[in-house]
Amino acid sequence: MHEVSVMAEAVRLAVDAAKSSGASRVLALRLRVGTLSGVVPDAMRFAFDVVCRDTMAAGASLEIESVPAACWCATCRAEFECTDFFNECPRCHNVSGELRRGRELEIASVEMN
Amino acid sequence: MCQECGCGLGGGGVKIGGHSHGHEHGHDHHHSHGHDHHEHEHAQSKQTVNLNRSLMEKNDRLAERNRGFFRAKKLLVLNVVSSPGSGKTTFIRETAAQLAGRLRLGVIVGDLATDNDAARLKIAGIPVVQITTGTVCHLDAEMVSKAAAQLDLDKLDVLVIENVGNLVCPADYDLGEDLRVVLLSVTEGEDKPLKYPPMFHSADVAVVTKCDMASAAGFNRELALANLKRVSHHARIFELSAKTGDGMKAWLDFLVKQRAAV
Repeated sequence: MHEVSVMAEAVRLAVDAAKSSGASRVLALRLRVGTLSGVVPDAMRFAFDVVCRDTMAAGASLEIESVPAACWCATCRAEFECTDFFNECPRCHNVSGELRRGRELEIASVEMN
Repeated sequence: MCQECGCGLGGGGVKIGGHSHGHEHGHDHHHSHGHDHHEHEHAQSKQTVNLNRSLMEKNDRLAERNRGFFRAKKLLVLNVVSSPGSGKTTFIRETAAQLAGRLRLGVIVGDLATDNDAARLKIAGIPVVQITTGTVCHLDAEMVSKAAAQLDLDKLDVLVIENVGNLVCPADYDLGEDLRVVLLSVTEGEDKPLKYPPMFHSADVAVVTKCDMASAAGFNRELALANLKRVSHHARIFELSAKTGDGMKAWLDFLVKQRAAV
Protein backbone atom coordinates (compact mmCIF):
# COMPACT_ATOMS: atom_id res chain seq x y z
CA MET A 1 0.00 0.00 0.00
CA HIS A 2 1.04 3.51 0.81
CA GLU A 3 3.76 2.54 3.29
CA VAL A 4 6.11 5.28 2.15
CA SER A 5 3.59 8.06 2.90
CA VAL A 6 2.73 6.53 6.27
CA MET A 7 6.36 6.02 7.26
CA ALA A 8 7.24 9.57 6.19
CA GLU A 9 4.56 10.83 8.58
CA ALA A 10 6.00 8.68 11.42
CA VAL A 11 9.48 10.09 10.85
CA ARG A 12 8.08 13.63 10.64
CA LEU A 13 6.34 13.22 14.02
CA ALA A 14 9.47 11.65 15.56
CA VAL A 15 11.74 14.43 14.32
CA ASP A 16 9.28 17.10 15.54
CA ALA A 17 9.19 15.47 18.98
CA ALA A 18 13.00 15.31 19.11
CA LYS A 19 13.33 18.97 18.12
CA SER A 20 10.84 20.16 20.69
CA SER A 21 12.65 18.13 23.37
CA GLY A 22 15.95 19.72 22.39
CA ALA A 23 17.43 16.41 21.28
CA SER A 24 19.83 16.20 18.37
CA ARG A 25 19.20 12.68 17.17
CA VAL A 26 16.33 10.19 16.94
CA LEU A 27 17.58 6.79 18.08
CA ALA A 28 14.48 4.63 17.79
CA LEU A 29 10.81 4.70 16.78
CA ARG A 30 8.20 2.41 18.20
CA LEU A 31 5.04 1.93 16.13
CA ARG A 32 1.80 0.09 16.81
CA VAL A 33 0.35 -1.51 13.71
CA GLY A 34 -2.95 -3.40 13.69
CA THR A 35 -3.18 -6.56 11.61
CA LEU A 36 -6.08 -5.01 9.65
CA SER A 37 -4.49 -1.56 9.29
CA GLY A 38 -3.79 -2.14 5.61
CA VAL A 39 -0.02 -1.74 5.80
CA VAL A 40 2.59 -4.47 5.56
CA PRO A 41 5.27 -4.32 8.31
CA ASP A 42 8.02 -5.49 5.94
CA ALA A 43 7.15 -2.73 3.50
CA MET A 44 7.16 -0.27 6.43
CA ARG A 45 10.72 -1.33 7.31
CA PHE A 46 11.77 -1.01 3.70
CA ALA A 47 10.26 2.48 3.49
CA PHE A 48 11.80 3.50 6.83
CA ASP A 49 15.39 3.39 5.56
CA VAL A 50 14.45 5.56 2.61
CA VAL A 51 12.47 8.23 4.43
CA CYS A 52 15.03 8.52 7.30
CA ARG A 53 17.79 9.58 4.95
CA ASP A 54 19.06 13.12 5.57
CA THR A 55 16.90 13.57 8.66
CA MET A 56 17.65 13.52 12.40
CA ALA A 57 16.33 9.96 12.35
CA ALA A 58 19.01 8.64 9.97
CA GLY A 59 20.34 5.38 11.36
CA ALA A 60 17.54 5.04 13.91
CA SER A 61 16.07 1.65 14.70
CA LEU A 62 12.43 0.73 14.11
CA GLU A 63 10.31 -1.43 16.35
CA ILE A 64 6.86 -2.47 15.15
CA GLU A 65 4.40 -3.88 17.66
CA SER A 66 1.70 -5.87 15.93
CA VAL A 67 -1.82 -5.52 17.35
CA PRO A 68 -4.04 -8.54 16.60
CA ALA A 69 -7.50 -7.58 15.36
CA ALA A 70 -10.39 -8.36 17.68
CA CYS A 71 -14.14 -8.17 17.17
CA TRP A 72 -16.91 -8.13 19.75
CA CYS A 73 -19.66 -10.73 19.33
CA ALA A 74 -22.87 -9.38 20.84
CA THR A 75 -24.49 -12.83 20.82
CA CYS A 76 -21.69 -14.60 22.70
CA ARG A 77 -20.86 -11.46 24.68
CA ALA A 78 -17.18 -12.09 24.07
CA GLU A 79 -14.33 -10.94 21.86
CA PHE A 80 -12.83 -13.06 19.13
CA GLU A 81 -9.70 -12.60 17.07
CA CYS A 82 -10.34 -11.90 13.39
CA THR A 83 -7.81 -12.36 10.65
CA ASP A 84 -9.86 -10.94 7.79
CA PHE A 85 -12.66 -8.49 7.12
CA PHE A 86 -15.39 -11.10 7.24
CA ASN A 87 -15.75 -10.67 11.02
CA GLU A 88 -17.46 -14.01 11.51
CA CYS A 89 -17.62 -15.25 15.10
CA PRO A 90 -15.99 -18.70 15.31
CA ARG A 91 -18.49 -19.77 18.03
CA CYS A 92 -21.90 -18.72 16.72
CA HIS A 93 -20.95 -17.72 13.12
CA ASN A 94 -22.80 -14.43 13.38
CA VAL A 95 -21.13 -11.49 11.68
CA SER A 96 -19.85 -8.83 14.05
CA GLY A 97 -20.12 -5.16 13.18
CA GLU A 98 -17.80 -4.05 15.95
CA LEU A 99 -14.08 -4.17 15.32
CA ARG A 100 -12.45 -3.24 18.63
CA ARG A 101 -8.78 -3.48 17.70
CA GLY A 102 -6.68 -4.07 14.63
CA ARG A 103 -6.87 -0.81 12.63
CA GLU A 104 -4.09 0.90 14.65
CA LEU A 105 -1.50 2.85 12.73
CA GLU A 106 0.23 4.80 15.47
CA ILE A 107 3.55 6.05 16.66
CA ALA A 108 3.82 4.96 20.30
CA SER A 109 7.12 6.45 21.38
CA VAL A 110 10.41 7.91 20.24
CA GLU A 111 13.84 7.43 21.78
CA MET A 112 16.26 10.31 21.34
CA ASN A 113 19.39 11.94 22.67
CA MET B 1 2.51 -1.54 -3.43
CA CYS B 2 3.49 1.97 -2.71
CA GLN B 3 7.13 1.34 -1.99
CA GLU B 4 7.27 0.83 -5.73
CA CYS B 5 5.13 3.70 -6.84
CA GLY B 6 6.94 5.95 -4.37
CA CYS B 7 3.83 7.81 -3.28
CA GLY B 8 4.47 10.51 -0.74
CA LEU B 9 8.05 10.90 -1.83
CA GLY B 10 7.80 12.68 -5.14
CA GLY B 11 7.40 16.28 -4.01
CA GLY B 12 5.88 18.51 -6.68
CA GLY B 13 4.38 15.63 -8.65
CA VAL B 14 0.78 16.53 -7.91
CA LYS B 15 -1.00 18.84 -10.34
CA ILE B 16 -4.44 20.23 -9.67
CA GLY B 17 -6.35 21.75 -12.58
CA GLY B 18 -3.12 22.17 -14.48
CA HIS B 19 -1.18 23.89 -11.68
CA SER B 20 1.65 22.23 -9.82
CA HIS B 21 1.35 21.87 -6.09
CA GLY B 22 4.28 20.63 -4.10
CA HIS B 23 3.60 18.23 -1.26
CA GLU B 24 4.50 19.87 1.98
CA HIS B 25 7.58 18.20 3.23
CA GLY B 26 8.60 20.74 5.81
CA HIS B 27 12.35 20.98 5.67
CA ASP B 28 13.36 23.00 8.67
CA HIS B 29 16.57 24.92 8.37
CA HIS B 30 18.60 24.91 11.49
CA HIS B 31 20.82 27.61 12.78
CA SER B 32 23.48 26.22 14.97
CA HIS B 33 23.96 27.80 18.32
CA GLY B 34 26.92 27.33 20.59
CA HIS B 35 26.48 24.77 23.34
CA ASP B 36 28.37 25.09 26.54
CA HIS B 37 29.77 21.95 28.07
CA HIS B 38 26.89 21.39 30.47
CA GLU B 39 24.19 21.68 27.80
CA HIS B 40 26.11 19.37 25.53
CA GLU B 41 26.22 16.63 28.15
CA HIS B 42 22.55 17.10 28.87
CA ALA B 43 21.68 16.64 25.20
CA GLN B 44 23.61 13.39 25.10
CA SER B 45 21.40 11.66 27.67
CA LYS B 46 18.97 9.21 26.16
CA GLN B 47 15.28 9.86 26.69
CA THR B 48 12.04 8.29 25.53
CA VAL B 49 9.03 10.42 24.65
CA ASN B 50 5.59 8.80 24.44
CA LEU B 51 3.61 10.16 21.49
CA ASN B 52 0.69 7.75 21.00
CA ARG B 53 -0.47 9.53 17.86
CA SER B 54 -2.14 8.21 14.77
CA LEU B 55 -0.08 8.28 11.59
CA MET B 56 -3.24 9.09 9.65
CA GLU B 57 -4.02 12.02 11.95
CA LYS B 58 -2.95 14.74 9.52
CA ASN B 59 -5.10 13.38 6.69
CA ASP B 60 -8.00 12.58 9.01
CA ARG B 61 -8.00 16.11 10.41
CA LEU B 62 -7.99 17.65 6.93
CA ALA B 63 -10.75 15.24 5.90
CA GLU B 64 -12.90 16.36 8.82
CA ARG B 65 -12.27 19.96 7.84
CA ASN B 66 -13.39 19.14 4.28
CA ARG B 67 -16.47 17.36 5.62
CA GLY B 68 -17.51 20.37 7.71
CA PHE B 69 -16.89 22.75 4.82
CA PHE B 70 -18.88 20.59 2.38
CA ARG B 71 -21.68 20.23 4.91
CA ALA B 72 -21.89 23.99 5.28
CA LYS B 73 -22.21 24.22 1.50
CA LYS B 74 -25.04 21.64 1.64
CA LEU B 75 -23.15 19.32 -0.68
CA LEU B 76 -23.55 15.58 -0.87
CA VAL B 77 -20.01 14.26 -1.41
CA LEU B 78 -19.23 10.88 -2.97
CA ASN B 79 -15.82 9.20 -3.08
CA VAL B 80 -15.99 6.84 -6.05
CA VAL B 81 -13.40 4.06 -6.01
CA SER B 82 -12.74 0.99 -8.14
CA SER B 83 -10.04 -0.77 -10.08
CA PRO B 84 -8.99 0.89 -13.36
CA GLY B 85 -11.53 0.30 -16.11
CA SER B 86 -14.60 -0.45 -13.99
CA GLY B 87 -16.47 2.37 -15.66
CA LYS B 88 -16.20 5.18 -13.10
CA THR B 89 -16.15 8.03 -15.60
CA THR B 90 -19.07 6.77 -17.69
CA PHE B 91 -21.04 6.05 -14.53
CA ILE B 92 -20.43 9.59 -13.22
CA ARG B 93 -21.17 11.20 -16.60
CA GLU B 94 -24.50 9.38 -16.93
CA THR B 95 -25.39 10.10 -13.30
CA ALA B 96 -24.84 13.82 -13.92
CA ALA B 97 -26.76 13.78 -17.22
CA GLN B 98 -29.76 11.94 -15.81
CA LEU B 99 -29.93 14.11 -12.70
CA ALA B 100 -30.02 17.29 -14.82
CA GLY B 101 -32.89 19.47 -13.65
CA ARG B 102 -32.95 17.75 -10.26
CA LEU B 103 -29.39 17.99 -8.89
CA ARG B 104 -26.27 19.76 -10.12
CA LEU B 105 -23.10 17.65 -10.09
CA GLY B 106 -19.46 18.72 -10.02
CA VAL B 107 -16.53 16.34 -10.28
CA ILE B 108 -12.98 16.13 -8.98
CA VAL B 109 -11.13 13.45 -10.90
CA GLY B 110 -7.83 11.86 -9.95
CA ASP B 111 -5.43 9.99 -12.22
CA LEU B 112 -1.68 9.48 -12.30
CA ALA B 113 -1.45 11.25 -15.65
CA THR B 114 -3.49 12.86 -18.47
CA ASP B 115 -6.65 14.91 -18.23
CA ASN B 116 -8.59 12.55 -20.50
CA ASP B 117 -11.26 11.80 -17.89
CA ALA B 118 -11.77 15.49 -17.14
CA ALA B 119 -12.05 16.18 -20.88
CA ARG B 120 -14.70 13.46 -21.26
CA LEU B 121 -16.75 14.99 -18.44
CA LYS B 122 -16.24 18.56 -19.62
CA ILE B 123 -17.62 17.73 -23.07
CA ALA B 124 -20.78 16.61 -21.30
CA GLY B 125 -20.99 20.06 -19.67
CA ILE B 126 -20.06 18.91 -16.17
CA PRO B 127 -17.90 21.24 -14.01
CA VAL B 128 -14.70 19.28 -13.42
CA VAL B 129 -11.22 19.66 -11.92
CA GLN B 130 -8.53 17.12 -12.78
CA ILE B 131 -5.87 16.14 -10.24
CA THR B 132 -2.89 14.37 -11.76
CA THR B 133 -1.02 12.73 -8.91
CA GLY B 134 2.21 11.91 -10.76
CA THR B 135 3.25 8.76 -8.93
CA VAL B 136 0.89 8.92 -5.96
CA CYS B 137 -1.54 6.01 -5.97
CA HIS B 138 -4.43 7.64 -4.08
CA LEU B 139 -6.08 11.01 -3.47
CA ASP B 140 -5.71 12.54 -0.02
CA ALA B 141 -7.77 15.14 1.82
CA GLU B 142 -5.36 17.97 1.05
CA MET B 143 -5.52 17.41 -2.73
CA VAL B 144 -9.32 17.37 -2.55
CA SER B 145 -9.41 20.58 -0.54
CA LYS B 146 -7.23 22.38 -3.11
CA ALA B 147 -9.17 20.99 -6.06
CA ALA B 148 -12.55 21.86 -4.52
CA ALA B 149 -11.44 25.49 -4.29
CA GLN B 150 -11.38 25.56 -8.11
CA LEU B 151 -15.07 24.64 -8.42
CA ASP B 152 -17.98 27.02 -7.85
CA LEU B 153 -19.41 24.91 -5.02
CA ASP B 154 -22.35 27.25 -4.43
CA LYS B 155 -23.71 26.19 -7.81
CA LEU B 156 -23.51 22.45 -6.98
CA ASP B 157 -25.62 19.98 -5.01
CA VAL B 158 -23.43 16.90 -5.35
CA LEU B 159 -19.64 16.72 -5.47
CA VAL B 160 -18.31 13.49 -6.92
CA ILE B 161 -14.67 12.62 -6.30
CA GLU B 162 -13.47 10.08 -8.84
CA ASN B 163 -10.51 8.50 -7.05
CA VAL B 164 -7.44 7.00 -8.71
CA GLY B 165 -8.28 3.57 -10.16
CA ASN B 166 -6.84 1.38 -7.41
CA LEU B 167 -8.56 -0.96 -4.97
CA VAL B 168 -5.77 -0.88 -2.38
CA CYS B 169 -4.34 2.46 -1.25
CA PRO B 170 -7.40 4.77 -1.44
CA ALA B 171 -9.11 2.60 1.20
CA ASP B 172 -7.21 4.25 4.04
CA TYR B 173 -7.62 7.87 2.98
CA ASP B 174 -10.73 9.66 4.19
CA LEU B 175 -11.37 12.60 1.86
CA GLY B 176 -14.25 14.12 3.81
CA GLU B 177 -16.92 12.33 1.80
CA ASP B 178 -20.43 11.44 2.96
CA LEU B 179 -20.52 8.16 1.06
CA ARG B 180 -17.82 5.88 -0.27
CA VAL B 181 -19.06 4.23 -3.45
CA VAL B 182 -17.17 1.19 -4.75
CA LEU B 183 -17.71 -0.06 -8.30
CA LEU B 184 -17.44 -3.66 -9.43
CA SER B 185 -17.87 -4.32 -13.13
CA VAL B 186 -19.20 -7.64 -14.39
CA THR B 187 -16.03 -8.22 -16.40
CA GLU B 188 -13.79 -8.23 -13.33
CA GLY B 189 -14.64 -11.55 -11.76
CA GLU B 190 -17.02 -12.36 -8.94
CA ASP B 191 -14.29 -12.72 -6.32
CA LYS B 192 -12.99 -9.13 -6.45
CA PRO B 193 -14.58 -8.29 -3.08
CA LEU B 194 -12.81 -11.27 -1.49
CA LYS B 195 -9.48 -10.27 -3.02
CA TYR B 196 -9.66 -6.64 -1.86
CA PRO B 197 -11.64 -6.80 1.37
CA PRO B 198 -10.45 -3.53 3.02
CA MET B 199 -11.83 -1.39 0.18
CA PHE B 200 -15.10 -3.27 -0.17
CA HIS B 201 -15.48 -3.39 3.61
CA SER B 202 -15.08 0.38 3.89
CA ALA B 203 -17.72 1.15 1.23
CA ASP B 204 -21.17 2.53 2.06
CA VAL B 205 -22.49 1.74 -1.41
CA ALA B 206 -21.46 -0.98 -3.86
CA VAL B 207 -22.43 -0.63 -7.53
CA VAL B 208 -22.24 -3.52 -9.98
CA THR B 209 -21.55 -1.85 -13.35
CA LYS B 210 -21.69 -2.88 -17.02
CA CYS B 211 -24.60 -5.23 -16.32
CA ASP B 212 -25.49 -5.14 -20.04
CA MET B 213 -22.35 -7.24 -20.60
CA ALA B 214 -23.11 -9.78 -17.87
CA SER B 215 -24.00 -12.72 -20.05
CA ALA B 216 -21.16 -12.09 -22.52
CA ALA B 217 -18.73 -12.00 -19.60
CA GLY B 218 -20.19 -15.18 -18.09
CA PHE B 219 -20.92 -13.21 -14.91
CA ASN B 220 -22.26 -15.28 -12.02
CA ARG B 221 -24.56 -12.75 -10.40
CA GLU B 222 -25.55 -14.79 -7.33
CA LEU B 223 -21.91 -15.57 -6.49
CA ALA B 224 -20.84 -11.94 -6.94
CA LEU B 225 -23.65 -10.64 -4.73
CA ALA B 226 -22.92 -13.28 -2.09
CA ASN B 227 -19.23 -12.25 -2.07
CA LEU B 228 -20.17 -8.59 -1.89
CA LYS B 229 -22.54 -9.16 1.03
CA ARG B 230 -19.92 -11.22 2.83
CA VAL B 231 -17.39 -8.37 2.83
CA SER B 232 -19.61 -5.28 2.58
CA HIS B 233 -22.25 -6.43 5.06
CA HIS B 234 -23.66 -2.95 5.55
CA ALA B 235 -23.38 -1.57 2.00
CA ARG B 236 -26.34 -0.63 -0.21
CA ILE B 237 -26.01 -2.56 -3.46
CA PHE B 238 -27.09 -1.32 -6.90
CA GLU B 239 -26.87 -3.20 -10.20
CA LEU B 240 -26.92 -1.13 -13.35
CA SER B 241 -25.61 -0.31 -16.78
CA ALA B 242 -24.71 3.34 -17.29
CA LYS B 243 -24.59 2.68 -21.03
CA THR B 244 -28.14 1.34 -21.46
CA GLY B 245 -29.59 3.11 -18.42
CA ASP B 246 -30.91 -0.13 -16.88
CA GLY B 247 -30.99 0.11 -13.09
CA MET B 248 -29.98 3.78 -13.04
CA LYS B 249 -33.30 4.97 -11.66
CA ALA B 250 -32.91 3.27 -8.28
CA TRP B 251 -29.41 4.74 -7.93
CA LEU B 252 -30.56 8.25 -8.89
CA ASP B 253 -33.54 8.13 -6.52
CA PHE B 254 -31.17 7.05 -3.76
CA LEU B 255 -28.89 10.03 -4.48
CA VAL B 256 -31.79 12.48 -4.45
CA LYS B 257 -32.89 11.12 -1.08
CA GLN B 258 -29.34 11.26 0.32
CA ARG B 259 -28.92 14.85 -0.89
CA ALA B 260 -32.19 15.87 0.77
CA ALA B 261 -30.87 14.50 4.07
CA VAL B 262 -27.66 16.58 4.02
